[in-house]
Amino acid sequence: MQAKGSRAPSLRALPFLFIVAALLGLLPLLHSHGLQPNPMLASEPPHHYPAVISGSEPGDVTAAPHDVSQEIRPLPNRTSPGHVKYRKAFPVLGIDYTHVRIPFEISLWILLACLMKLGFHVIPSVSNIVPESCLLIVVGLLVGGLIKGVGESPPILKSDIFFLFLLPPIILDAGYFLPLRQFTENLGTILIFAVVGTLWNAFFLGGLMYAVCQISGTGLSHIGLLANLLFGSIISAVDPVAVLAVFEEIHINELLHILVFGESLLNDAVTVVLYHLFEEFANFEQVTVTDIILGFLSFFVVSLGGVFVGVIYGVIAAFTSRFTSHIRVIEPLFVFLYSYMAYLSAELFHLSGIMALIASGVVMRPYVEANISHKSHTTIKYFLKMWSSVSETLIFIFLGVSTVAGKHYWNWTFIISTLIFCLIARVLGVLGLTWFINKFRIVKLTPKDQFIIAYGGLRGAIAFSLGYLLDYQHFGMRDMFLTAIITVIFFTVFVQGMTIRPLVDLLAVKKKQETKRSINEEIHTQFLDHLLTGIEDICGHYGHHHWKDKLNRFNKKYVKKCLIAGERSKEPQLIAFYHKMEMKQAIELVESGGLGKIPSAISTVSMQNINPRALPVKRILPALSKDKEEEIRKILRNNLQKTRQRLRSYNRHTLVADPYEEAWNQMLLRRQKARQLEQKINNYLTVPAHKLDSPTMSRARIGSDPQAYEPKSDSGNLPIITIDPASPQSPESVDLVNEELKGTSCLPPSPEEDEEGLVMHMMEPSSPGTDNVFTPGASDSPSNQRMMRCLSDPGPQPEPEEGEPFIPKGK
Amino acid sequence: EGLAKSGITLEQIEHLHRRFKQISGDQPTLRNLRQAPDGLADEINFEDFLTIMSYFRPVEMNMDEEQLDHFRKEKLKFLFHMYDSDNDGKITLQEYRKVVEELLSRNPHLEKESARSIADGAMMEAASICVGQMEPDQVYEGITFEDFLKMWQGIDIDTKMHVRFLNMEPIAHCH
Repeated sequence: MQAKGSRAPSLRALPFLFIVAALLGLLPLLHSHGLQPNPMLASEPPHHYPAVISGSEPGDVTAAPHDVSQEIRPLPNRTSPGHVKYRKAFPVLGIDYTHVRIPFEISLWILLACLMKLGFHVIPSVSNIVPESCLLIVVGLLVGGLIKGVGESPPILKSDIFFLFLLPPIILDAGYFLPLRQFTENLGTILIFAVVGTLWNAFFLGGLMYAVCQISGTGLSHIGLLANLLFGSIISAVDPVAVLAVFEEIHINELLHILVFGESLLNDAVTVVLYHLFEEFANFEQVTVTDIILGFLSFFVVSLGGVFVGVIYGVIAAFTSRFTSHIRVIEPLFVFLYSYMAYLSAELFHLSGIMALIASGVVMRPYVEANISHKSHTTIKYFLKMWSSVSETLIFIFLGVSTVAGKHYWNWTFIISTLIFCLIARVLGVLGLTWFINKFRIVKLTPKDQFIIAYGGLRGAIAFSLGYLLDYQHFGMRDMFLTAIITVIFFTVFVQGMTIRPLVDLLAVKKKQETKRSINEEIHTQFLDHLLTGIEDICGHYGHHHWKDKLNRFNKKYVKKCLIAGERSKEPQLIAFYHKMEMKQAIELVESGGLGKIPSAISTVSMQNINPRALPVKRILPALSKDKEEEIRKILRNNLQKTRQRLRSYNRHTLVADPYEEAWNQMLLRRQKARQLEQKINNYLTVPAHKLDSPTMSRARIGSDPQAYEPKSDSGNLPIITIDPASPQSPESVDLVNEELKGTSCLPPSPEEDEEGLVMHMMEPSSPGTDNVFTPGASDSPSNQRMMRCLSDPGPQPEPEEGEPFIPKGK
Repeated sequence: EGLAKSGITLEQIEHLHRRFKQISGDQPTLRNLRQAPDGLADEINFEDFLTIMSYFRPVEMNMDEEQLDHFRKEKLKFLFHMYDSDNDGKITLQEYRKVVEELLSRNPHLEKESARSIADGAMMEAASICVGQMEPDQVYEGITFEDFLKMWQGIDIDTKMHVRFLNMEPIAHCH
């Protein structure tokens, strides 16, 4: 947010802070309200109000702390049940807090989270130094302290809530918008980091902690090896939430981002297996080889099973979306529900829910997006981002609150050694694995990369929740574990999170490519991909491209036919894109009324410059506008053989920038110019000589009401451009060419033909005067054409150019 | 000889030789397989084959700046020659158009005009990158190699233009 002065944002922030403070004050008040016992309703069953958020000490599993309601209106005296003689006044106003308590508190917390988020952006100076996650934890600490100060017990982040409600939106958001190219290109590396790296971390840490515990004098010798290994497995997993939160703000290059992020996602399977394994084993007296083998097997079951569940649900979702063309409104819901079901089903069988979620998002996305409407797509995008943002905020706030609320057991040796060994384990793991991986990678990981990967191994709320799940019976040192976990989380999030940005700058790590790709880039890279595929074929090497190609072909032949509705399975997505874009441009233009400022740096390069032969008359043609560029880019991207695609920058919180929204002013200018040009150009075009019209008539006709011109059959050398906008086969070529026409209106003739000027023929559906610009996609081409006509139409009677006759041919 | 300069190891040369023999059917030279009498040579022998392949070497870690730069230029030069079919040192609009048309030939829906417009647009963009502001009467002849380098400035050609020479099993030549 650009602040006009440093004062203004702080001043603006003040009301927010007041609101927040008021809300915070409200919470404990409400708590105390609920606490006052009412003997009248003492018989109220306790489980009537499931204590979802309310604070309860770990021992209280079925907590229902405030199970009495406060009612102002006096009730009939219970002691004399039979005879109610006492008549009360009709309550005009009453308070029944317990009735709405749970939703009210939940909403209050979410509101708090959102206001906090808002506040940080209103005061930008702080958020530049400190990552948002840190600030949120601090807020959580404050809130927790406040609640405690009032005398209440602050709520603790319960594992159920975390795993069932807070985590899935974030993971779904990550999975649905996962940049698949980068992910699959680096899949080997990611897997090795996730699996081997986490295993190494867990065992190294567990083993070392066990050794530390054995040192006499620390009072820790009662902690067995298995308990330590369990602790190690909990703490060793890199947390996706924390990684996302921190890495997003530093805009690091795509490769590193996807490596660390992918690792954090995929290590869930390992964590789940190890956790359950050691939890079970802690009960055993002895661990046999069979157990170890079973554990090994369970890893595959968990991970592949999770993926399998996700794929099933993804396919079902894609299939469902095929039929939703009649009820567009609930389309997004299908996406969310199926994904959530995938997650829950996986959790049901103790499979990896995260992998299921990711798999379902990845699988369903291409097909669902081909089937659903544009609005549904936007809805899905926005909802996912919204939920994941809120979830993340809530998680961090609750981490802070739980720190204050929980019971802690501070043991210096344990905690400090945990911290140190965590770091060492991470660094060693990354170094060792990179050395191994670099043998197989083309793009080697430099030491700088390795440092960032090691440094980016943040722990987060997953570790905390897993620790929270530990049973007191078997793990008496649970409090100590929790304290250690929280310490490590705080350290990684605060210290590493805060310092990673200056370090990235210091080390001059490559950042995300901000510049948009040019058309040339696109063409060249595609060309290169083709070249490489050819070379690979020559070499006889079954490389990346080969398998990708096979997959694509399989996809096209079988899968798409099933999962995508109707004829869209054959349609290149280009067409839909064009229609939407044209529609939007038209709407924007109409709304704005055609005003626009001249952007400062226009390239004056025109067709004249690159192909000077063709034009009979000199004219300045505008250079390509950005939206045109985007169209072209889209054509290229979607029609060229996709052998290998570039790394695209990926930022979770920024929605994909609409290209046409950026180029708004430029586009307006172009259209304005185009319209002016159109008038000029219409006078300069040649008309087939056999039409016995006077120049004025022809001029008028071209300008106002284009009818179908028959191209001269024996015109011989005249290059002819026919545009058939209503033709369903090539709307995109139409749109592009028409776009060009509006702008340039003069394409150089093909080389084999004589340069004699251009004949422009327009065949349009003759239905002028329709002002229904916003026909929603029913008959796209004609309406498009109508729109374009509306836009390019200078009016029913164009001003005749002063005294300039038609130039019959480019003589 | 030139092989030492190209930097391929002996083992890779053996691989490639085997592959060459397979493709060429044990002839000493490869025929130009294109239908049209395009291109500059009718046949290439193994040395040419090798030279071309050497352009696709992956970047080695131990290269210094100068070597890297040279490497990059070599690769880009190769690409440039692929565009510049008449070998006059610059990519003209017609050549560019041809390239784009061929690239887009996969989709039968796209008309030739679109390909042409795309090429035109790309050329305009190239001109604006390389020359910047141009007067209406200036003519941009074509993309020279320097301009080409400029266009590729942001992109990492080194990381893209490579083939793994690690293992090349001679597979059945099925075409």
